Order: sequence, then structure tokens, then C-alpha cells
Amino acid sequence: MNHERLLEIATAEKEAQAPFTQTINVCVAAGCLSSGSDKVKEALEKEVAAQGKKECCKVRGVGCMGLCAQGPLVEVKVKDKPQSVMYQNVTAEDAGEVVASVGTEKPVERLVCPTDVPFFTRQKKIVLENSGVIDPDRIEEYVLYDGYTGLLKVLTTMQRSEVIDCITRSGLRGRGGGGFPTGLKWATVAKGRGDRKYVICNADEGDPGAFMDRSVLESDPHRVLEGMAIAGYAVGAQQGYIYCRAEYPLAVKRLKTAIKQAEKNGLLGNNIFGTTFSFSIDIRLGAGAFVCGEETALIHSIQGQRGQPRPRPPFPAERGLWDKPTLINNVETFANVPPIIRNGAEWYAGIGTDKSKGTKVFALAGRIRNTGLIEVPMGITLREIVYDIGGGIPDDRKFKAVQTGGPSGGCIPEQYLDMQVDYDSLMKVGSIMGSGGMIIMDETSCMVDVAKFFMEFCKSESCGKCIPCRVGTSQMYDLLCRITDGRATLEDLVMLEEMCDLLKNTSLCGLGMTAPNPILTTLRYFRNEYTAHIEQKKCLAGVCSNKGALEEVAK
Amino acid sequence: MSTVTARPAPPSQDKRWKLVEATIRRHGFQSHSLIECLHTVQESFGYLDEQALRYVASALRVPLSEVFGVATFYHFFTLKPKGEHTCVVCMGTACYIKGAPALLTAVEEKYGVKPGETTADGKLSVLTARCIGSCGLAPAVVLDGDVIGKTGTEDFVNRIEKKVRG
Repeated sequence: MNHERLLEIATAEKEAQAPFTQTINVCVAAGCLSSGSDKVKEALEKEVAAQGKKECCKVRGVGCMGLCAQGPLVEVKVKDKPQSVMYQNVTAEDAGEVVASVGTEKPVERLVCPTDVPFFTRQKKIVLENSGVIDPDRIEEYVLYDGYTGLLKVLTTMQRSEVIDCITRSGLRGRGGGGFPTGLKWATVAKGRGDRKYVICNADEGDPGAFMDRSVLESDPHRVLEGMAIAGYAVGAQQGYIYCRAEYPLAVKRLKTAIKQAEKNGLLGNNIFGTTFSFSIDIRLGAGAFVCGEETALIHSIQGQRGQPRPRPPFPAERGLWDKPTLINNVETFANVPPIIRNGAEWYAGIGTDKSKGTKVFALAGRIRNTGLIEVPMGITLREIVYDIGGGIPDDRKFKAVQTGGPSGGCIPEQYLDMQVDYDSLMKVGSIMGSGGMIIMDETSCMVDVAKFFMEFCKSESCGKCIPCRVGTSQMYDLLCRITDGRATLEDLVMLEEMCDLLKNTSLCGLGMTAPNPILTTLRYFRNEYTAHIEQKKCLAGVCSNKGALEEVAK
Repeated sequence: MSTVTARPAPPSQDKRWKLVEATIRRHGFQSHSLIECLHTVQESFGYLDEQALRYVASALRVPLSEVFGVATFYHFFTLKPKGEHTCVVCMGTACYIKGAPALLTAVEEKYGVKPGETTADGKLSVLTARCIGSCGLAPAVVLDGDVIGKTGTEDFVNRIEKKVRG
């Protein structure tokens, strides 16, 4: 593989696509697939053949288009027409009508999904630039959209230190949630001793209510491979692992295909682009343990052991997988790397806020009109996300809170809606950026019940190694149960607060340290709901049964 | 120093063991392939029984206690056979606030089983998932491998009835 060969692939692909003046893109990412987009695609293909349009019209499966709630989504593109038409809630029965309308001036009105609305216009796509555009199962299409040119650039024109310098200057921070400066992490691993080093891609998206990494892997897997290979070159690693959830079979399948294609084309393996750099990537399956998102637990899991964390330091950057220096980044972090290399650090640093650069992908879900996947520049306000892009709360209900960061994050109330979304502002109000799950809640959600939900999660996901987390989460869950059951006293609330403090300061890993966050933020902003449960035995949202209190009255 | 002992033979002639053997061999009998091997066993047989755990332990030369520890640590692995049909209720945050608990209660009441259990006639297993990543379709359930989004209690129970009865 060399530059000419890469260009050849791109040209060949362009020529292969040229005869088709009309393309029908069907979303085949998990969201739309579960609404039956595979059947829609099949029906469209049949119709194209039946209506004799096989020579000019091509039906393609593409990655996520974002508006998952309205799936299956279909996009019709006609050459020389700048505006494409998007259809929503398409069924197999609609195929005939859709195919017949292609190339005419009249789209199928009842299925049209308007694309001039904020949901589409307010987004800025870097990580998702190819999602919904290319066929994730074909390396040729990724190459056509400048794929692997970033890897080519670093291998042929840049020193290792220059690559790290570029990532540092771009201001990229870890997208897994912590927000650690990526360049600094790379530099630490690069400095690590020994000739064997590893790169790990953390695709163990265990955070409930988050599906960003899944979408990226399903829609554009080569981007992650390219990012990992660039990282491998920069830090001096020869082997990469993608630690992916077993619950994402489609993502695993597409990754496997992508790895095979990259190997076949000499983009992974020995002497990539004719240089001395060799790098291969393997997949390791997770097995449903949230704690494996923690770096050291993840390493244990790859080594075939129980996913239990160990004290840090030493950090994995010094002693990681099989005690060798190991770089661990999240899927989205790696997905940001190729465009940064291609377009330069300054371009990336020009997007976002002072301390949080670039864009962030969010999975918007819960009580909101436009659920789905969005990518927005850092610094956008929560109000813009909820009301402009998200379309507001359905059924004229009132906004109550937005939950970010999953079980490690917190609930942000209405008063902070105009706050900018970046790592530091979210931290200031007691939540975290997290991996990007964003759950909107309205007045029908009881905040104590939400806190209980997350505590139940942490309790059952606690690995059991350290006592504060193992026993503490269990006790805090019991206390929350007492509250929602109407059996609690004000002393229980004091106890709960003390426990929060204890877990935060004495747990071994991030899971335990951040487990109190949902309670702490709901106590801070919705304390009245706690006291209503305790003093008036009443759930303000009408969710909790308070049956303990009722029983007492009956006695 | 130590003599190379022969690798253990699979517990039975069942063809599915060939898949497990292939996985073990692909990883060069390395102990760190334990989780990968357990995945293959579960994929092939549907669950992990004692016989399988013993075989994997001796093939990879990992203490049986450790194999058991790993198999029970991870939620994805199950040591009990599943029913003829399985329904998984997603209990992720988005599904939770959009009514997943009600779905689960409906199934529990109708079939008298709790999450993780199988009905006495072996027809239906009820499971919960942490998050299946279909948050855009909340509340979502998985019935025999098919994701069903935006469902309600009545629709959900009807769909299960159809599977179980028909």
C-alpha cells in the first residue's frame, strides 16, 4: 500500500459510483434496524429492479443519520441537486412509492422528514461526518472520503513527537468522560520504557442511556481503526485491542469486517505504507460489567480475569496490559484523531470553548421529542440542545432536569439551562460530561426515584473489591428505598449525606467515587422532593408508592 | 522442566465442541483467552454448565475456581439454560423513565417469573438488560433476538403470548 494505491482505490470507487445518478440511502445502524430498516432496504432494492431503474439508481445501506426516534430513515439523493430528501418512518410497503418518486419533482409528502430544522442545521459533524453517508461495510467508501490519508500523513511526513505535539495543540480531551488531555496521555505512554506497548480502545459503553460509541462503530468503523493506528505510531505500540461490549453484536461484526479489509489492503499489519511501522488490532469482547470501563479493570478483563480495578499509580500509561505501557482512549477520542491530523491542530482548536475544544457527540433520550444521536460544538448551551435540537418536551409537559454522565453524573435543573456545555461547567454544577448520554426528564419523573435507579445500578455493578463501594452502595440503596417507601426519617437523610461523603473519598476506583453524584445533585437541586417523601409521605411526581407510610396509617 | 501433558479432550462428541476447541487453539491455549472461550461456549450451547467450565479450565490450565469466578462475575454469562423463548426488558435510564418497570411488572404478573428466571414449562425466560443502546426507541424490549421499540404493556404481553402459545 502506498499513496498511489490509496488514490487508485478512491478513483475506482468514484468511477464505480458515477453511473448512478440517483442513490437511496437506508440507515442500517442499530436504531433503525430494530425498527425494520433491513426489510425496507430489501423492498427498495426489489422495487428498483421492478421499476427498471437498476442502471441509474442504487440502494445503499449507510450508518446512523441521527434521528433514531423517527426510524427507519431513508435519504434520496439525486446528482446535480444540492438538496436531498429525507423520509422518516418508512415501511417496506412504502418502497414502491418512494422509488417511483426518485428523480421527479414530487417527493412522497406524507413521509418527508424536514431537514431544514435545528435538529440538522445546528449540529457540527466531525466524528459523525461519515455517519449516514458511507456504507460501513466497505473500506472503499471510507477511502473515497479521505480515509486513511491521516495515517499516510503521519507515517510518511511526521515524526512521532510531531504527532503527539499536534494532538496536544488541538486541545483534544478524553471523550470517555474524564476529560484528561489526550496529548498528555500519549506523551506519557511514548515516554514509557520497554519495546512492547499497547493501544486499547475502550468500547465498553456500559453507561445506561448512551449509544454514541455504538453508533460510531456501526457507522464508521474504519475511522476508529485509523485513529488507533495513528496513536500506535505516536506512542510506539505494535498491538491494539478494541474492548467492545458483547451486547453490541452488530458493532463487533462491522469491526471484524473492517479489520479484515484493512489488513487485506495493507493498512494494518506489517510495514504499513511501506514504512517500518507495523500495527495490528484485535477485538476483545466484554461480558457485561460496567466497572470494566475503568482502565485497570478493563486491562484485567482483557487478560481474561475478573474485571476488578487496582490502585493507581502506577497508571496504565506506565504499567498497563501485561505490565507494559498502555494507552487507553475511548472510541470517540480515537474517532477525532484522523480529522485532526488531516486538517491540523489549529483547525480543531478553533472549535469549542477555551478549555474544551472540538465537538461532542450526545445520545439524546428520555422525555424529549427528537431522540437520537447529535454532535454539537463544545460551548453550546443546554437550552439549545434541549429546545432547539431536541425539539422540547412532548405533551406540553414541563422540563425538570437533564441527566448527564450516567451513574457517575448528575441531574442538572432548569436554572442552569443557559450554561455552556463543556467539561468544566458541568463539573461546577456537580455533574460530569461523561461519555455523552443525555437523558431529559420532565415533571413525571421523581428525582428520588431517579437517584434510587442509579444507586441500584451502582450497587449491582460494584465489583466488590473495596468495602466503601461494596457495602456503601448497598446501604445507600436501602436508605433511598426507605425514603421512596415513606418509612424514612430526617436522620436517614443525614446518614445518606454522610455516606455520600464517605464513598467519594474512600472508594478504590471511579465507580465508587462517583456513585454518590446522582444523589448529591438531586439533594442539591431537588431537596424538597426528598423532604416531601420524608415529612409528608408524598411523592411530588406521583411515582413512588409510599406504601410503608400507608401501612403505618392502616395500623 | 515440566513435561508437556496432553491437552484434554472435549467432554463429548457433540460437534459444537469443535467451535470451542477452535477458539482455544486460535489463542494458543493462553490463559488470557478465558473470557473469549467462555463466550464461544455460551454462543454454542446457550449457557455454561459445569462440564464446560471444567473443560475450559483444564484446557487453559486455569484453576476451576478462577473460571467459576470469572463466569459468575460477568453478567453476560449464564450458568442456567434459557427457556424456549427469551424476552429481555431494557432497564436503561431512557427506558426506565419511559415505563420499562411497568412492562416488567406486567410480565412478572402474567407468567409468575422474576427477572433471570424461566417459567416452569421451560417456555419463557425473562431477563433484564442494563441498556441495549436503543434509547431512541424507549421503552425497548428484545424478544427472541428482535428489538421491539416504543412498546406498551398490552402490546408487549400480546407479543409474548403469540410466541409462547403459538
